[in-house]
Amino acid sequence: MSEWWSYRLSDFLLFSPRTYWRLFELHNEALWPLPLVTLALGLAALALALLRARHHGKLIAFVLAILWAFVGWSFLWQRYATINWAAVYIAPVFALEALLLALLAGARDGLTVDQPGFRRMAAMALIALGLGYPLLAPLFGRPWQGAEVFGTAPDPTAIATLGFALLAGGGRAMLLCLVPLLWCAASGVTLWAMDDAQAWVLFASAALSIAALTAVIWTAFHRPIRTAGLRQKGPV
Amino acid sequence: MDFRHTTRRAVLAGGVALAASTVARPLHAQSPQVLTRPIPSTGEQIPAMGLGTWITFNVGNDPVLRDECAAVMAAFFEHGGRMIDSSPMYGSSQPVIGHGLQKLGAPPVFSAEKVWTSSGEDGPEQMEQSRRYWGVPRFDLMQVHNLLAWQDHLKTLRAMKEAGQVRYVGITTSEGRRHDLFEEIMRSETLDFVQLTYNIVDREVEQRLLPLARDRGMAVIVNRPFQQGYLTRQLEGEKLPDWAGEIGANTWAQFILKFILSHPAVTVAIPATTRVDHVRENVAAAIGPLPDEAMRQRMAAYVEEL
Repeated sequence: MSEWWSYRLSDFLLFSPRTYWRLFELHNEALWPLPLVTLALGLAALALALLRARHHGKLIAFVLAILWAFVGWSFLWQRYATINWAAVYIAPVFALEALLLALLAGARDGLTVDQPGFRRMAAMALIALGLGYPLLAPLFGRPWQGAEVFGTAPDPTAIATLGFALLAGGGRAMLLCLVPLLWCAASGVTLWAMDDAQAWVLFASAALSIAALTAVIWTAFHRPIRTAGLRQKGPV
Repeated sequence: MDFRHTTRRAVLAGGVALAASTVARPLHAQSPQVLTRPIPSTGEQIPAMGLGTWITFNVGNDPVLRDECAAVMAAFFEHGGRMIDSSPMYGSSQPVIGHGLQKLGAPPVFSAEKVWTSSGEDGPEQMEQSRRYWGVPRFDLMQVHNLLAWQDHLKTLRAMKEAGQVRYVGITTSEGRRHDLFEEIMRSETLDFVQLTYNIVDREVEQRLLPLARDRGMAVIVNRPFQQGYLTRQLEGEKLPDWAGEIGANTWAQFILKFILSHPAVTVAIPATTRVDHVRENVAAAIGPLPDEAMRQRMAAYVEEL
């Protein structure tokens, strides 16, 4: 394809908003009552994190790994790909995130809660948003049947994962946030092309995550990055 | 004249045929007669209003939306339409068309497809997959989508046409892209059809491509007549001029479509829609009077002022 500059964002949109949102209605209908189960798993993960229960880091990473694999297969591969051929190429990326989470679940700390202050607040806000995502359907004038649910739909799963990764902080957060951030950008751009204001929810989630990640990096060094000549002195 | 029985009949060719638009009796006996235009390379008559499927027919496996598309197709055929255009690029549009054709009992469709792959070697396999999705014995028209690997694909298409595997061959572009190369190919290759974007606002093709199509005896399919709905949305709040009634335009959509169809080089316009009332409205634009040159200028000037 040539003359890329002549293309508008909407030129890459292959489907209508109605078709897109009905995907979630069909998805929920096909999986019901599984969305309730995955949402309950998300709430359980949050409870584990808040209580700092024993092995919570491993358990949270394990649950997220399962859900990323499931969303990649059931939504992207089996459903979204029917209207967007690009989804076929994105599904393996979800599998990669699932693999990273699974490896982390097998590691010593998993996603152990480790972040204070702003980063913790940002992380909790992202988790709350991800788990409360079904509320957006009626807020944006769509039926409950088409609600996007953590663990079965990609957007809330990605946003909540950003939160859990940021709670853990460190290099793990950096690594685990990459795929969810890319998804938030891709999905946000899709909604933007559809003239849907919900795009801002994804952009805001990505922006908050990047701000929190920046804070993680900032405090990981003794001196500010811009004045320290990027010389690492080890974690705080 | 019943267009169902004129598919292979050669009638007038060239400029005489282009100027002499005729009418066809639609499937529904009570429906008014839809304007037809000859395909210059054979003289075969074809209803001037077609059906595009970009975005609108990409509904995946949604059973409700698939049936809605089938209902649009039913209304389209019932009111005298015949050409449906799609592409492998349009997601699930091809199997959705196949679903509609099967549900409607194989109506007399003029199947217009595209080959869209950067590899010439992959073209035949992709076209065969497209044919299976549609459920037709062969395509009436196969076009090289957006000139992608056009040299390799045109070579394949010519061989297919000689072997009777496709009836017509063409190339496509949209939104005014690559017009220089498009013109070069039109000048150097023998083509039955060209597909391009043309509407009351996007009129660049009037300068070179439309006259060239007439000179070279190529049928013209017009895509994006409403700029993907942008044009009709922009005009939604505006008052249709009283004199639109002189050409039988009752809505802005018909106003725009009549402008397009009144260009003598245009053979078929292919607006896309998900609504039965809209497909009826669109086909109705190919019924009754079309504007003459003076009226065309008036129409364009009116829209420009809005």
